[in-house]
Amino acid sequence: MNLNILYFASLREALGMAREAVVLPGDIATVGALRAHLSERGNAWQRLGPGHNVKAAVNQQMATDAQPLASGDEVAFFPPVTGG
Amino acid sequence: MDVRVQEADFDVGTETRALSAGRTDVGAISTFVGLVRGAADGVQCMTLEHYPGMTEQSLSEIVAEAKSRWALLAVRVIHRVGPLQPGEQIVYVGVASAHRGEAIAACEFIMDYLKTRAPFWKKEQTPEGSRWVDARDTDDAAAARWLDVESRR
Repeated sequence: MNLNILYFASLREALGMAREAVVLPGDIATVGALRAHLSERGNAWQRLGPGHNVKAAVNQQMATDAQPLASGDEVAFFPPVTGG
Repeated sequence: MDVRVQEADFDVGTETRALSAGRTDVGAISTFVGLVRGAADGVQCMTLEHYPGMTEQSLSEIVAEAKSRWALLAVRVIHRVGPLQPGEQIVYVGVASAHRGEAIAACEFIMDYLKTRAPFWKKEQTPEGSRWVDARDTDDAAAARWLDVESRR
């Protein structure tokens, strides 16, 4: 499965990455599974794991961990928003 | 266009007049203008990051939700991005309706939802360095109030 992943704000700075294209094994089928997969990279990537308040969006819509993923999806991870 | 995301400043008078231009059914216009707060806590400059595409979509959905809750005649939301100085305008919400109740309630609703749903992030530059602004629980509480409120006419 191919995904485009975007990172924003403090998370982008901590990871040192704004976006990446990844090819994932098929068993990573939800946002939650993707979080677990990415957090295994260690260090700052653990922010995507449990205990950190990082939000997710799939194809530019807010998403929960249960949200299914499909090849070609745009997934974004970011801290809680602070506009206005 | 109901929503705009831009680096440029906006003129409140121009934007507000546009809400009722060429029509006579508007009896009330409620506006909110947010400014960059600075002097008190040493903020020298602020930078607004956003998620291009999702930002516009999110603001459009918030406006659509407001239109589904109240009888609104026109809505305009402008949010600035990029570097901003204390005292500068950062956000504009203008709502036109036949009577004041809808306009005032919808204006507050749009700001409450924008604060918790639209993908903007503020980074402040202070004499001690830069820092990302933390989200506030009070903003979540303000948005949650509307879950129980069908409308407040």
